Amino acid sequence: MSLLEVKDLKVRVEEREILHGLSLTVNPGEVHAIMGPNGSGKSTLSHVIAGKPGYEVTGGQILFRGEDLLEMEPNERAANGVFLAFQYPVEIPGVTTWNFLHAALNAQRKARGEDEISSPAFLKKVREVAKSLNIPQDMLKRGVNVGFSGGEKKRNEILQMALFEPAVCILDEMDSGLDIDALRIAADGVNALRSPERAMVVITHYQRLLNYIVPDFVHVMSKGRVVKSGGKELALELEESGYAQFEDAA
Amino acid sequence: MPAVQETVERVRRIDVDQYRYGFETLIESDKAPKGLSEDTVRFISAKKNEPAWMLEWRLEAYRRWLTMTEPTWARVDYPKIDYQDIYYYAAPKPKKTLSSIDEIDPEILKTYEKLGIPLREVAILEGVEPPPGGEQTPNRKIAVDAVFDSVSVATTFQKELKAAGVIFMPISEAIREHPDLVQKYLGTVVPTSDNYFATLNSAVFSDGSFVYVPPGVRCPMELSTYFRINERNTGQFERTLIIADKGSYVSYLEGCTAPQRDENQLHAAVVELVTLDDAEIKYSTVQNWYPGNSEGKGGIYNFVTKRGDCRGKNSKISWTQVETGSAITWKYPSCILRGDNSSGEFYSIAISNGFQQVDSGTKMIHLGKNTSSRIISKGIAAGKSQNTYRGLVSAHRKATGARNYTACDSLLIGDKCGAHTVPYVEAKNSSATFEHEATTSKISEDVLFYCIQRGLSQEEAVGLVVNGFVKDVLQQLPMEFAVEAQKLISISLEGSVG
Ligand SMILES: Nc1ncnc2c1ncn2[C@@H]1O[C@H](COP(=O)(O)OP(=O)(O)O)[C@@H](O)[C@H]1O
Ligand SMILES: [Mg+2]
Repeated sequence: MSLLEVKDLKVRVEEREILHGLSLTVNPGEVHAIMGPNGSGKSTLSHVIAGKPGYEVTGGQILFRGEDLLEMEPNERAANGVFLAFQYPVEIPGVTTWNFLHAALNAQRKARGEDEISSPAFLKKVREVAKSLNIPQDMLKRGVNVGFSGGEKKRNEILQMALFEPAVCILDEMDSGLDIDALRIAADGVNALRSPERAMVVITHYQRLLNYIVPDFVHVMSKGRVVKSGGKELALELEESGYAQFEDAA
Repeated sequence: MPAVQETVERVRRIDVDQYRYGFETLIESDKAPKGLSEDTVRFISAKKNEPAWMLEWRLEAYRRWLTMTEPTWARVDYPKIDYQDIYYYAAPKPKKTLSSIDEIDPEILKTYEKLGIPLREVAILEGVEPPPGGEQTPNRKIAVDAVFDSVSVATTFQKELKAAGVIFMPISEAIREHPDLVQKYLGTVVPTSDNYFATLNSAVFSDGSFVYVPPGVRCPMELSTYFRINERNTGQFERTLIIADKGSYVSYLEGCTAPQRDENQLHAAVVELVTLDDAEIKYSTVQNWYPGNSEGKGGIYNFVTKRGDCRGKNSKISWTQVETGSAITWKYPSCILRGDNSSGEFYSIAISNGFQQVDSGTKMIHLGKNTSSRIISKGIAAGKSQNTYRGLVSAHRKATGARNYTACDSLLIGDKCGAHTVPYVEAKNSSATFEHEATTSKISEDVLFYCIQRGLSQEEAVGLVVNGFVKDVLQQLPMEFAVEAQKLISISLEGSVG
């Protein structure tokens, strides 16, 4: 059974169809890259998988471990192992990162029928994870993403990914707004989380990121469809010839 | 359904389901005849065995009240109150004098147990989770005065307080036992003629707390009063008077709940605080009167006059309030900064939901030299509620060097509620520096979705965001009550308990 199967997915936003029958199959351990120009529907796909309100699925289905993902509440999806690293992580003033992560982890554990984790045990765990990712402890005490640099926000996403240990991670434009050093640090974090059980879907506009997170498969999206799939060499090909060649195919 | 819409829907349903204090205690009670007249005032005074001066004081207030009209300037809307359709006095029976807690009606004890308020003298609030890296606070003792309908039913830790010289007792007892102190201060901060509701209170108040902290004494524990309205069709008119003599300090907290009822009930309290030279009073309120049901039926009309007089130099009065209950709140805890170098603070969280209407704020009246005040107000409106901050900062001609900082932030949940800010500023001398900041924001769908994607439920996400929004004010509450208040905030906005 595949981990995540998107089958002929059709999605509307405000009466306009954005995804016109998109399919994608992801197995444990695989890293998939989804590339495509702005407006091709990449974020829409990630939002629908995560369950963001405001999208209407008019056709197709999404299976997660063989179960209908679209039937699950968004927080249930999180508890079951679906993680979306946001392109623009939001700021939550007055809520410390530490508190937020503790509340979220306990909500997930509760949903899975596991015991809640106590404050001291959690503190120990989150400090270990932060350390393994070279994230300064200081970040945990600050308000969630408040006053964080672009690089810090992305690292905070990776910290959460490491903490929640999801089965499938969708990374939406992780490279946007990062300079090359910050990009490398973030990519190192993601690579450290690759494992035979975990799948990743790396969404990006640019090939650059894929030099650091080397995918097993590359899919090219255009105008709400996957127009070409291949191995990692497809990314390089795109780098040379651009997206224009696919516009017609779509 | 978009996230915010859904939140609004959920929040709307909660009032009825989530008001955990809405039970009624079945006990017999002793009531005054319905309605208000000189006889009612005499009845109450007689019930309390009051001295003649007190009765005179009440009657004067009553006659004054007859000449006054109900204020209409607040942004609140309610049907006309029939003052003859209210019981002005209700006391649990039997009425023999209680000499120990064991003599209290077990039904009442049970009520306070259900409310989580300890009437037995034990150190409470164990197991409060320390903040990360924070120290475990030692269990502190908290002395409690419990007021059930019109009378005080228990005051704890009397002996220890007495040893420190602190007087903490029902005001009805203080009138008999400490008439000099009461006569010297009662009505000197909120005069009997002050406003319609305060004047009514002066005529018919039945009980409340009295505190006197002698010179140089730091009160050895938190003092706390819990008010509970139980009877049907009764008004609650409590009166609190706190005096911090020279160089003393006291921290006082009040909490309030009432059963769920279809009719509106009137609560018109008066609180007077006096600080003499170098003294400080910290007054915190967690107000959770029944807010009415999801159709806006029932709930408490909370029309309250609270005022502190920084009478001495270098004295300080700090108000902190967490307001989550009541159908209508009309309340402006204020400070008169009379002593030179005195300071006043007002920290407020006002949450309105369903059909609640809140018109609350503060007045900082700068009279002395080099006085300072600080106002931090956080208003949260959800459902179809209306939430108004109304504030006045004024500096008298002689109040040179007066300083004020005001920050009013409003958070809207959904689009059927309203938040309003009405700040008045009057500076009668040019050396005053007044700063004012105000923001209004909506709880963002992106923020909610971010939290939900990390596993939190919609209600947990709202609770988290709101708690972050009010953090500056929560930090002003005594630690134990901050935890309580945080839970209360989540409950009043979430669909799930705990
Ligand atoms: N909330 C929305 N309302 C209206 N149109 C939207 C919304 N979200 C996305 N779209 C439209 O859907 C298309 C795909 O957008 P998006 O998924 O963000 O693409 P990408 O992430 O590939 O840049 C764009 O044309 C965009 O304008
Ligand atoms: Mg995008």
